[in-house]
Amino acid sequence: MLELFDGPVPVEETLAKWYKEEATSNYGAFIPFVGTIREEDGISGLSFDIYEPILNSWYDAWVLKAKQSGAIIKMAHSRGDVLLHESSYIAAVFSPKRRVALEMIDEFVEDFKASAPIWKYDLKDGKRIYAEDRSTAIAGSGLLKVNK
Amino acid sequence: MITIEFLGPIQKEKMKVEAATLNDVAQHLSKDAELKTWIETCAVAVNDVMVMDLNTKLSSGDRVSLLPPVCGG
Repeated sequence: MLELFDGPVPVEETLAKWYKEEATSNYGAFIPFVGTIREEDGISGLSFDIYEPILNSWYDAWVLKAKQSGAIIKMAHSRGDVLLHESSYIAAVFSPKRRVALEMIDEFVEDFKASAPIWKYDLKDGKRIYAEDRSTAIAGSGLLKVNK
Repeated sequence: MITIEFLGPIQKEKMKVEAATLNDVAQHLSKDAELKTWIETCAVAVNDVMVMDLNTKLSSGDRVSLLPPVCGG
């Protein structure tokens, strides 16, 4: 399940909802990761653009991968502005035993950071500034570069 | 005619060009100085599927998207 919110992700509601959804699904492990906006470099918050068609296909591939390990994945993310100490991201893995979920949450979040088509901006001094120095080029980038 | 679109932080309107392969798109975009640094760091999708091959064939109505470096979370 992929959920997108305009503004911050409602953490308590989302975690409680996911917990309830799987309460009787016989998963022994539920491992959530919550990403919260920290005060840093004078920002008042972060802002996000998302390209949904490719985010959906990236996510669907992970759903399938999780299924092959007997696990399920859930994810929530923000669009637009998220202020300090609010949360923009939750990912979670449910699995029968802890080891699969512990390893998958790590792999999933790292791949999310490297591949999910989401762009981050710092909100600073009334401006929205692309966080270029913290961004990662997607695999295969530079394809259109012409060698002269 | 195919459409080229620029995602995320690239402040640029869509453009329509004639192109039979992604290589034609690359040649076309290489003339645009404004895009020079983006081209080096962008990944590419055709009709919302990521592609890795410059010889990818294009048909009229196809949509080529440029995806700059990402940072979700």
